[in-house]
This record gives sequence, C-alpha cells and structure tokens, in this order.
Amino acid sequence: MTALLEVRDLSKDYPARDGKGVVRAVSNVSLALEAGQTLGVVGESGCGKSTLARLIMRLIEPRSGEILFKGQNLVSLSAPDLRRRRRDIQMVFQDPYASLDPRMNVAAIISEPLDIHGIGSRAERKAKVLELLDLVGLDRSAAAKYPHEFSGGQRQRIGIARAIALEPKLVVLDEPVSALDVSIQSQILNLLIDLKKRLGLTYIFISHDLSVVEHVSDDVAVMYLGQIVEYGKAAQVLHAPLHPYSQALVSAIPEIDTQKKKQRIVLTGDPPNPENIPPGCPFHPRCPHVMAICRQIPPELQVTQDRRAACHLYREGPGGH
Amino acid sequence: MTPGPLLSVEGLSVAFNTEQGRVRVVEDLSFQLAAGETLGLVGESGCGKSVTAQTIMRLLPSPPSHIEAGRIMFEGEDLAAAPASRMRKIRGDRIGMVFQEPMTSLNPTQRIGQQVAEVLRLHRGMNSSEAKGLAISVLKKAGIGNAERRFDQYPHELSGGLRQRVMIAMAIVCGPRLLIADEPTTALDVTIQAQIIELLKAVQKDLGLSILLITHDLGVVAEMCRNVVIMYAGRVVERGPTNETFQFPRHPYTAGLINSSPRNARKGERLPTIPGLVPPPGMRSRGCSFADRCPRVLEKCRSEFPPLAPLPGRLVACWNPAP
Ligand SMILES: Nc1ncnc2c1ncn2[C@@H]1O[C@H](COP(=O)(O)OP(=O)(O)OP(=O)(O)O)[C@@H](O)[C@H]1O
Ligand code: SF4
Ligand SMILES: [Mg+2]
Repeated sequence: MTALLEVRDLSKDYPARDGKGVVRAVSNVSLALEAGQTLGVVGESGCGKSTLARLIMRLIEPRSGEILFKGQNLVSLSAPDLRRRRRDIQMVFQDPYASLDPRMNVAAIISEPLDIHGIGSRAERKAKVLELLDLVGLDRSAAAKYPHEFSGGQRQRIGIARAIALEPKLVVLDEPVSALDVSIQSQILNLLIDLKKRLGLTYIFISHDLSVVEHVSDDVAVMYLGQIVEYGKAAQVLHAPLHPYSQALVSAIPEIDTQKKKQRIVLTGDPPNPENIPPGCPFHPRCPHVMAICRQIPPELQVTQDRRAACHLYREGPGGH
Repeated sequence: MTPGPLLSVEGLSVAFNTEQGRVRVVEDLSFQLAAGETLGLVGESGCGKSVTAQTIMRLLPSPPSHIEAGRIMFEGEDLAAAPASRMRKIRGDRIGMVFQEPMTSLNPTQRIGQQVAEVLRLHRGMNSSEAKGLAISVLKKAGIGNAERRFDQYPHELSGGLRQRVMIAMAIVCGPRLLIADEPTTALDVTIQAQIIELLKAVQKDLGLSILLITHDLGVVAEMCRNVVIMYAGRVVERGPTNETFQFPRHPYTAGLINSSPRNARKGERLPTIPGLVPPPGMRSRGCSFADRCPRVLEKCRSEFPPLAPLPGRLVACWNPAP
C-alpha cells in the first residue's frame, strides 16, 4: 500500500538572530502516513513541530528533501499544479483568536477557500457553508456573525469548517485544542474524531499534550531540536518509550490518578536552543545515559520492526545493547 | 489547642464595574489553608481563580473592583480591610507571589539579581552588599546554576524556566509564610514544568511554606496538593482531599472535568463531554450555575441555589450529588 503522504529527508534552516549562523529548524525528517491514519507529532516548544507543519503545507520552502503526496513530489511541482494539490491538504491552527479574520463574517471565512478555488456557484457555496456549520455543530445563524461573537471552542469549530470546506484528504492540525479548557477540548476532540470517520480524513496532529496525542493517534513521532528522535506505534512510544528524551517527556506528565504515578526523570541542564545545536546527539547535554560516543557522533534512527529511535543505546537495535 | 489556619477566606465576594453595570465574578468563596499545606484551586478559564488570588493580595485596583463581602484572615489580620500601606508591607514579605508569565512581572531593564536584592532592601532595609550576598544564595536555592554570573543578567537573557526560578527566588527571599502561585507552570514545557514542580516542593519543605496553587491542570494538583477547591462560575462547587475528590467526585461538574480528560478514555473513542458553555458573569441564574449543563439536574436546581454543604470528607454545592 502506498502512503498518502511521505516525507523524505526534509530540512529547513532559518538565519540565526545574530545574522551569522543558522537555525536548523527541521533536520532530515522522514515519515510516512497512510490514508485514514493519524500521525501524532510531539515535542517541546522550538522542536520544529510547527515548521514541519508549514513545510508540509508548502507555506515555506524546504532547504532539501521531498514531500510526496500520493507519490507526487510537492517540492518540485509547478505553481498551477501545486495550487490544485493544495486543495487536498488543509490546516487548523492553535489560536482560534488569531487565525480568523475579525473583519469577515463566518460565512465569508468558511467559503473563502471555495471562492479562491472557484468552486460552485454563489448559491451552491452558500448552501455548502450551511452544511459545514451543521457538520461542525454550529447553529446556522452563526453564518452572519463575526468571530468576536464566539467563544474559543466555537471559533475552533469555525476554523475546522473552513479547513474541511474543500474536502481535503489530509488535515494538518497544529495544537488544535491547546488553547481550550478541558471541557471544551473534549468537545473539539470528539468533533475531530467524528469528522475523520465521516469524511475519511487523514490527520497530522501536532501537540505538546501527550494524553491528547495518545487518544487520537495511530503513530507518534517525537521531535527534539528539529529531528525525529523516536517514531512508532502510539501505544509503544508513549507507554514504553525507548529514547531517553521520550522517556523523560512521558515521565514528566503529571497524572491525575496518583496510583499511576511513575518514577519521574527530571532533566537537568537548560532547555534546548535551536540556534545552538550540540554536536553528536542533540540531546546529549541533558541525557541521563550519555556516553562518550554521544558527544561526537549523531545517532541515526535505528529501525526494528515498528520502532525507531535515534540513540546510541540502541546501536544493535532496541534491546540489543 | 490546634493552631488556626494560616489563611482563611470567609464568604468573599468580588465584583467589577463594567459597561453592563456591576458584575459579581467571585461569590461567597470560603476556604482555609493550614500552615505547611499546599491547596489547589482549580477550574476553567474565567471561573475567578486569578481574581481570588489578586484579591487576597489586594492587587486589584478599586474601582473597578470591589470586595463586596467577606474576610481574608491571614495571620490574625483581615486583609480585606487592610490599608494599602499595610498591604505593601505584607506583599513580598509575608506573602510571596509567582505568576504564569514571569516576563510581565519582572522588570525588563533591571538585572535579575538586583530585582531579588531590591525586595530585601525594601522589606529588610539591607544595604546592597548584604542584599547581594543573600540574593545570590536564594538564587542558588531556586536552582539557578552559576548564580554569581546570572546575577548580572537581564530577564530576556534567560529561558522561561529560569525566569520562573527568578520569580520564585524573589517570592521566597524574605521567608514568607504563604506563597500564592497563579499558573506557575502553564507557560512552560512539560520537562521544565517538572523541574519547577520539584523546586516548589523542595522550597515548601525547606521553608515550611503554605502554597495556594492555582491551575487548570488537574494532574499538577494531584501531584502537589493534599486538598483541592474546585470553582465553577465564581463559586466553590466542591472541596476535599485531592485523591478522594478526583477518584470519587461528588459534584457533577467535578466529575465532568475528570471524565472529559482523554487520560481516562478508550483510545480513539468519543470522550465524555460537558455540553454547552460556562455562563458569563452577570448571566448566572438564580439557581445552580451549572444547571444548564448538568446531567443530574433536578427541578429544584433551576430555582434554588445549592449551598456548599458537608458530605462525608467533602463539601459540595449540589442538590443532587453523585453517589
Ligand atoms: N478588570 C476586570 N474587569 C471586569 N471583569 C474582570 C476583570 N478582571 C477579571 N474579570 C472577569 O472576572 C472573571 C474571572 O476572571 P479570572 O481572571 O479570575 O479567571 P481565571 O479563573 O483566573 O481564568 P484563567 O484560567 O483564564 O486564568 C472573568 O469573567 C473575567 O472576565
Ligand atoms: S445543583 Fe442540580 S444542576 Fe447543580 S450540579 Fe447539582 S444536580 Fe446539577
Ligand atoms: Mg487566571
């Protein structure tokens, strides 16, 4: 089965703030996603999650690498071909306040992608907007209102309606519930779960909240300083992580159920700085298992069965050291 | 004789003057905090957690805010009635404060060490070399490595986690009895959050502090607080020991909050939700504010307000609490 989306060795640099060096925002990221699946991407601020999302959306140019959508490389596509392809990939953003134009009413916001792609007659577009409002659980009267008249959760529904207006195949969700309160968060997660089933969507779900990611994802990629350090089935990565960074991340989540309490690995050292990526393994200055080799040689993603971890502890494969 | 609580908030109501007139955002709030205890104050956005914290510290300007009723007893003194000059003495000395966004509470143009030392000069009348020595030792206690060098840095030169450590150093430098921490880890990444949680626990043990911890993260509460107060729409709806309250919530809202976390759900399935939205202040009904969203609602709930009443090991404001 061919993947719906395959990313190969994708890299993106930005000029550093000091004007001299570069920030390696995304380095050699590879991943694959089959139709109907959800890939969770986790990691802390600055690890490159949102840059990866924007690369896949083709909102920014990669330095190198390929983004294959249904086998077609989006990076080398001509402008008109890319425009057509864009319909298939849509995005939902974290901040439902910043991502909606306050001067447009909801009908205009939701139908804008349809207008841009010249889809349907005016009447058809109007009908489509109402259908989308139903689909995301908003009252039809919302069409004539403006974003400021809605709560955070309702605005996120508007953002989702807009994202699915073009009937995309892939939706990239960048922290879609992070700005919401828990009771509203669960409403939006349910909506995303329902829509995925009904419309046969494929998701890339970016979040720093591991319990949310675990709930929705089939596979999970853990990013650290622009690289994927661990990648595999959600249950395995989040319950029996291999990479010392994933282990620390998982152990850091405070549990509601104190019976479930796990041994916490508290990392020492400063948080990672993408402007100053250490040589060797990028995690080595904070790693509790650091070895001499880690300071010099960058570990590669070791592949065994369904698991991959970029760590010298697993040179002979997971469990092989 | 057992000593009374360090902090006792009794029937506190706070209102704001708004364009819609005077609106109560905190109503008849009561809770106690014993010496050495960490109490969690949880609830969703807008439920009045920060207004409560800022009222205890008397940081809200009046007008537009008004303490309409209640007492805030701290070390035998009613802070609700204390004059501004007295509050300036108490804040930073007897009560330390840590907020979500250290960048807004730190002075961007002043070296961080000076800011810590300033607290000592203000409250202890220390000269600058005494203050500097003590400030450095407290920065170290707050887990800031290389404190001598960091002393001369500016806030923007530090990471979010380090800035929060500076805030904690400033809050504890005078040896307060009470620390009020309003979402102290919300802006931080989880691995840094874990460091700050460990630091707060260590500081508390070390100084025998009481902590009022405000957060919307139930996990953080479960980890740090023996007792918890759950707020909804400006009121306390449930109060009790954290473990039992989270395991066997009695108020339907508490139950809804806990059940809607994906932590407790079957993977990939719909989550239990609380339908609808929190009513905004000023639109709250005569009866229970939760009635429109409540799965256990009775006729009575809509007309009559449920008072906070004792159940075994718990206080619950509900006409029909979960069994
Ligand atoms: N200066 C003000 N004037 C009018 N209303 C205010 C003012 N400050 C706060 N409020 C209102 O008081 C209510 C309680 O706000 P508060 O900031 O205490 O909530 P919170 O529980 O801390 O929420 P969050 O989790 O978002 O921090 C809200 O409805 C808010 O809009
Ligand atoms: S008082 Fe009634 S409406 Fe309010 S929480 Fe209890 S059962 Fe629900
Ligand atoms: Mg607040």
